[in-house]
Amino acid sequence: MAYTGQFRVWRGDADGGELADYQVEVNEGEVVLDIIHRIQATQAGDLAVRWNCKAGKCGSCSAEINGRPRLMCMTRMSTFDPDEVITVTPMRTFPVIRDLVTDVSFNYAKARAVPAFAPPDLAPGEYRMKQVDVERSQEFRKCIECFLCQDVCHVVRDHEPNKKAYAGPRFLMRIAELDMHPLDVADRQNAAQTEHGLGLCNITKCCTEVCPEHIKITDNALIPMKERVVDRRYDPLTKRRLKLWRKED
Amino acid sequence: MTGPSMRGEQLHSDTFDVLIIGAGGAGLRAAIAARQAGKRVAILTKSLFGKAHTVMAEGGIAAAMGNVNPHDNWQVHFRDTMRGGKFLNNPRMAELHAQEAPERVWELETYGALFDRTKAGKISQRNFGGHEYPRLAHVGDRTGLELIRTLQQKIVSMQQDDEKSLGSAEGALRVFAECTVTNLFKDADGRIAGALVYSRESGRFAVFQAPAVVLATGGIGKSFKVTSNSWEYTGDGHALALRAGATLINMEFVQFHPTGMVWPPSVKGILVTESVRGDGGVLRNSEGKRFMFGYIPDVFKAQYATTEEEADGWYNDPENNRRPPELLPRDEVARAINNEVKEGRGSPHGGVFLDIASRLPAEAIKKKLPSMHHQFAELADVDITKEPMEVGPTCHYVMGGVEVDPDTGASAVPGLFAAGECSGGMHGSNRLGGNSLSDLLVFGKRAGDGAAAYVDALPSLPQISTSEVEAAIADAEAPLSAAEGENPYTVHAELQQMMNDLVGIIRRENEVAKAVEGLDSFDGRLARLKVEGGRAFNPGWHLALDLRNMLLVSRCVAEAALLRTESRGGHTREDYPGMNPEWRQRLLVCSLEDGKVRVDEVMQPPLRPDLLDLFDVSELGKYFTDGELAGRVDPALSASAAAAPEGR
Repeated sequence: MAYTGQFRVWRGDADGGELADYQVEVNEGEVVLDIIHRIQATQAGDLAVRWNCKAGKCGSCSAEINGRPRLMCMTRMSTFDPDEVITVTPMRTFPVIRDLVTDVSFNYAKARAVPAFAPPDLAPGEYRMKQVDVERSQEFRKCIECFLCQDVCHVVRDHEPNKKAYAGPRFLMRIAELDMHPLDVADRQNAAQTEHGLGLCNITKCCTEVCPEHIKITDNALIPMKERVVDRRYDPLTKRRLKLWRKED
Repeated sequence: MTGPSMRGEQLHSDTFDVLIIGAGGAGLRAAIAARQAGKRVAILTKSLFGKAHTVMAEGGIAAAMGNVNPHDNWQVHFRDTMRGGKFLNNPRMAELHAQEAPERVWELETYGALFDRTKAGKISQRNFGGHEYPRLAHVGDRTGLELIRTLQQKIVSMQQDDEKSLGSAEGALRVFAECTVTNLFKDADGRIAGALVYSRESGRFAVFQAPAVVLATGGIGKSFKVTSNSWEYTGDGHALALRAGATLINMEFVQFHPTGMVWPPSVKGILVTESVRGDGGVLRNSEGKRFMFGYIPDVFKAQYATTEEEADGWYNDPENNRRPPELLPRDEVARAINNEVKEGRGSPHGGVFLDIASRLPAEAIKKKLPSMHHQFAELADVDITKEPMEVGPTCHYVMGGVEVDPDTGASAVPGLFAAGECSGGMHGSNRLGGNSLSDLLVFGKRAGDGAAAYVDALPSLPQISTSEVEAAIADAEAPLSAAEGENPYTVHAELQQMMNDLVGIIRRENEVAKAVEGLDSFDGRLARLKVEGGRAFNPGWHLALDLRNMLLVSRCVAEAALLRTESRGGHTREDYPGMNPEWRQRLLVCSLEDGKVRVDEVMQPPLRPDLLDLFDVSELGKYFTDGELAGRVDPALSASAAAAPEGR
């Protein structure tokens, strides 16, 4: 059942690099991360790769496999033909550090830009919420922060300048999660548009497609958030008030 | 990039009040406490922020909130914890843990956590092995992820507050991702003075001066071949503590979780949550028999059902039925599975069957166990709503760790604290499921507070000696410049195989002795490692550094396992199959003397009378020596004695 697989793995750093060829043993039931580990243990001890849980729970081993953003630990070798060449490259949207490892600090900066949960005036232990109400935000809290949605999103994938104004699907979803939290007391809708770039998302659903947790990012987080923003910002009454205010000014 | 400058290449030497090593549940909770106490805090993590092994915890956080069964309270939780640990637990730790866990869970809601709810809108609680009542706060089967994300977001929120009040988000609380502490330094008076930090990204070193260090590095599972643990679990905190002069206790107790995946080979060891059994799943052998009914030990006979009818009745009517034996503590279930396989009643790939498909409707399974459904579908082509899983024991958790003061987390070394899996005592010889996440929160907070209070009371800042720093760096860099030597990956794989084979779930004197000898040869091999490539982000080099810790910790496990001539919890000696009350009073304490591990027998602190009173004397009689129970009267015995006529 074992065979010799053909792998091309990007090797290099911020100054450049190239695809390196490896012939490596593949056994039944293995995933791409197993093969990368075998290359590391037998052919290239310094091959840089991030991984932790190897069970799709931590979101560390993100890369692009044959051009598609994926978790290496959840990509089974049985989905490829034995004679197919498998190409593994680092996530393209983030700067390369070394080999398959990228600098994902963009994501941590965006995380810090989203105001935290604003707790209600209740003592610990006094929180009461209905299951049906927490479920909406719970779906988004399944996120393992693999950043594949951030990697695939065309708003930033090949448009470096947009990074400043755009939080990306993961953190727009975080804003939606807090906005839908039954007990969060902050107002987040205007800022979603003005500070985090919700308007730049044009719902091509690429983020949803690559999400290893199968979170419906576009349908359940981004579109409802856009609707909430529209209701607020373009509400006829609010608009009229704004106009009057402007005239007086 | 503006914002968090956590990249290692910008790493430079710095001074903090408290260094927290590890960014899992215990480390982050300790950091929150230390920052709230006004300290300048650095968190160091081997991985990215938010990836710690805590994410792997599935089932829940044990806390006697009584939301589902109002009879629950801290005393019941304390009793369950002591029984689970076979009364070897540090009683003060088990007491504090049971008392404070509810507060720590409720607090998480104020940070934004969203647990599953009861009908009344409170935090829902689920059944788990060894817990008398439904006790585990949970979010489906991804509770660890919820915990780590909640604490991560709380850290971020404190940084946002610091940005407003101090003008700098990282002025008082910084996270250093992909940074590993290789050495701790002490001053001439033996107080902690700081640490040497290796940046994975740049491969450079920096010195962090700090009078207090909290170890929160997790476990040691990467010393074993079949494990649910990630690459980070190399016993770093255990080894740093030993080298700094602290002591480790209970290192012979390693928990093999009964249900790890066994197929395909590449996922062997990955965890299958105990919630599967808590929610109704049962274990069957190749003959289709629910074999656990044959493995209920005497000490648990009173609490566990003896027929399938009674066991099945318990899920809906726990008042009138005893618990199913699938929910015995983990050590019992792991040994039972091991025995079924050994006696030829295993599944095709060397495990047993875990069946939830025939027990719950498909929709309920997907709702309660979404990650298990996903994990088996994606990794093993098994639809758990239609067919049983194949499972077997996997190295999951180490009960042993740094010996600490229960109230403050302080070790024997001034300024060195520990919390979570890398500390020892709380779980005795075996940890109950769900007691880990609560342990992280309760003792993480206590260690953070303890470290802050220690710094407040410190008269002067301990200084690091430059020559020690230079020697430590040279030592760490040796494998990079070696002209020839062994591949660290090969050495690691052989160490894992040896520990798995000789110091695994079932131990025998001659095998453990062989492992101790084997470790001597590994010492020699470790000195002759060669790493290929350069400094920057070099996993091979990092492994070479981690191997030093794995080897030291493996030696503690093996030497303690050789000495404890009884079977208890996570230590099963085939040549000494029973529990021995004399051993219950004894702890094996590891320390380092002239570079060699030494193991001493030390008497366990006695159980306080008020805690002892929480148990029936008849139950204690199964664990304690007669001498320890002298003067205590068994109510059942005294009743029969009173009823008995004189002269009988």
